[in-house]
Amino acid sequence: MSQTNIGDDEVDIVIGALHADLTSFLNEWRPLFSRFHLIIVKDPDLKEELKIPEGFNLHVYTKSDIDRVVGLSSTAINFSGYSCRYFGYLVSRKKYIFSVDDDCIPAKDNKGLSVDAVDQHITNLATPATPFFFNTLYDPFCKGADFVRGYPFSLRSGVTCALSCGLWLNLADHDAPTQALKPGHRNSRYVDAVLTVPAGALMPVSGVNIAFNRELAGPALFPGLRLAAEGKLRWETVEDIWCGLCVKVICDHLGHGVKTGLPYVWRNDRGNAIESLKKEWEGVKLMEEVVPFFQSVRLSQAAVTTEDCMLEIVALVKERLAALDPVFARAAQAMADWIKLWKAVGSGSGSGSSPSNG
Amino acid sequence: MAAPPSTATPLLKDELDIVIPTIRNLDFLEMWRPFFQPYHLIIVQDGDPSKTIKVPDGFDYELYNRNDINKILGPKASCISFKDSACRCFGYMVSKKKYIFTIDDDCFVAKDPSGKQINALEQHIKNLLSPSTPFFFNTLYDPFREGADYVRGYPFSLREGVPTAVSHGLWLNIPDYDAPTQLVKPLERNTRFVDAVLTIPKGTLFPMCGMNLAFDRDLIGPAMYFGLMGDGQPIGRYDDMWAGWCVKVTCDHLGLGVKTGLPYIWHSKASNPFVNLKKEYNGIFWQEEIIPFFQSVSLPKDCTTVQKCYVELAKLVKEKLGKVDPYFVKLGDAMVTWIEAWDELNPAGGSAKRPNGTA
Repeated sequence: MSQTNIGDDEVDIVIGALHADLTSFLNEWRPLFSRFHLIIVKDPDLKEELKIPEGFNLHVYTKSDIDRVVGLSSTAINFSGYSCRYFGYLVSRKKYIFSVDDDCIPAKDNKGLSVDAVDQHITNLATPATPFFFNTLYDPFCKGADFVRGYPFSLRSGVTCALSCGLWLNLADHDAPTQALKPGHRNSRYVDAVLTVPAGALMPVSGVNIAFNRELAGPALFPGLRLAAEGKLRWETVEDIWCGLCVKVICDHLGHGVKTGLPYVWRNDRGNAIESLKKEWEGVKLMEEVVPFFQSVRLSQAAVTTEDCMLEIVALVKERLAALDPVFARAAQAMADWIKLWKAVGSGSGSGSSPSNG
Repeated sequence: MAAPPSTATPLLKDELDIVIPTIRNLDFLEMWRPFFQPYHLIIVQDGDPSKTIKVPDGFDYELYNRNDINKILGPKASCISFKDSACRCFGYMVSKKKYIFTIDDDCFVAKDPSGKQINALEQHIKNLLSPSTPFFFNTLYDPFREGADYVRGYPFSLREGVPTAVSHGLWLNIPDYDAPTQLVKPLERNTRFVDAVLTIPKGTLFPMCGMNLAFDRDLIGPAMYFGLMGDGQPIGRYDDMWAGWCVKVTCDHLGLGVKTGLPYIWHSKASNPFVNLKKEYNGIFWQEEIIPFFQSVSLPKDCTTVQKCYVELAKLVKEKLGKVDPYFVKLGDAMVTWIEAWDELNPAGGSAKRPNGTA
């Protein structure tokens, strides 16, 4: 397979607004966002009106839209807090989505140049991933790099990249205990690499800075796992970790790739790790069950689409995790409802021009 | 949790040998002197044993040529390649130290982006002395590096990591490409300094380059056989690759870690791509069978030492790859000979057992 060309009109930028005043956020991103269509989803819990600067091509969705679309079809699905952006994924009609937290701004690279995170994510999604054999020079499709000696030739065409996971400078995405122990710790290391996460290897996907192929990953990117005291800071959630594991397991099964590394965004300081830790440690505890579970998931040969795979995962969650904690039983129900909703509302993209590349 | 604030990296000068294969000269050692002089060198002289290789003054070393190898190993010397840098693994076998660092004689000290000279050996030691994390991928790379840590979602029960058996370094300037790629891109140079060390996940194979490599001899030494290459063999330039696949499968089975990334060295010499093509030719085709073989290898539970794993691998190589070419039957036999020679030269202390408490 060769490099895909991704047009600007095939991309939606989806922002979950957890803060009402998006003026400085959008102005910081303006040079990179202005040529794209934006979907802004307002956290249904947010009471104030959104403040959005002029000059963007965008749609705003609020609680009333969410209620209208989801209606009575599910009591298990909850789009509040960080989960609100997934509503944007549902209603988008584009093939590719980029999502970034509303407390992040563009980063600068090692040379002091501004990082075009959107462009880098698009490149990651447009070039093949190489999950079946590790390339020691990282992404072989990057300029100035290639496959190294010893890399089997039959594996050099790669597979479609379904998910591109970016990183963060300044406030890294650590959990509350880790950040609380080192309150002054900030990530200042800019690692100039993109790499494919190998097949069979699982990882914690951070929702702070991601992009994905909506057709391939959309049905699996759903925040099924909501903590009892789910909060408005990343330390108080694990929803993205959960759906990232779903996506990786499904990608491994269907032969798609997941990349990690560039681009970086600059994550502003916000919140207090110790306060979050006092409030919410459940997520850390649940990971001890969640990770071994996903490591043991085996999908059947009959599961040939992302939706099929999700339904099999739902069944396995019910079978193996539901008894351990009610939060898992709720996750399974929400995921099942989401697939129904996705099939009814979410599937298909409106961008007719380019056929989807295999 | 990740390591506490940095203290000086131990020199390990009495616990580490530097193994250098050479056929020409060792002039490159002058540049490495500030970093290598405290250490004992094992020079493995390939090619014509009547030639004298001059070692720069001031280095503590032992040197072995083909005559020495034949004398020490007797008939078992057949497992050590001739006219190929694969002969370096003889150095691993005769070493009495816990750690090995091996480097090619056309590799020089690289500079980091700030212009500072990179002490490759120090970085390898850091890599080997800190745990690996093969069971779950950390998106901020090696959490044990200064300035890094585990990310949100990384289970605490996996944060202790496992012992690191191998540290695989990289190269700036001449990249380690195969012959076809070299022919298509003769002018490409690796100028990207990627400031990361990462653990290669369990179950994932990689192409291990022997140019800039360090390992824990106690943990994985017997699996570091660089195969039958060069003179009289149908294949070359796959020595380190072969060792890397055997090593990774063994590490995955025993719960040991393999790291890749920093340190960089400066690779100065571009080998002749036409010569390389002749050497690699069979490898390019055989690889297509070899990789699925290693990807599907399953070692029995009773293989609890490196030697046992390796002997089992040798058996499987003969059984499954023997049909690809009779070379693999010879190779399987050589793998067994290697283990016999290893055990003879390394009685009692040589075997690596499965570390306690690993997943």
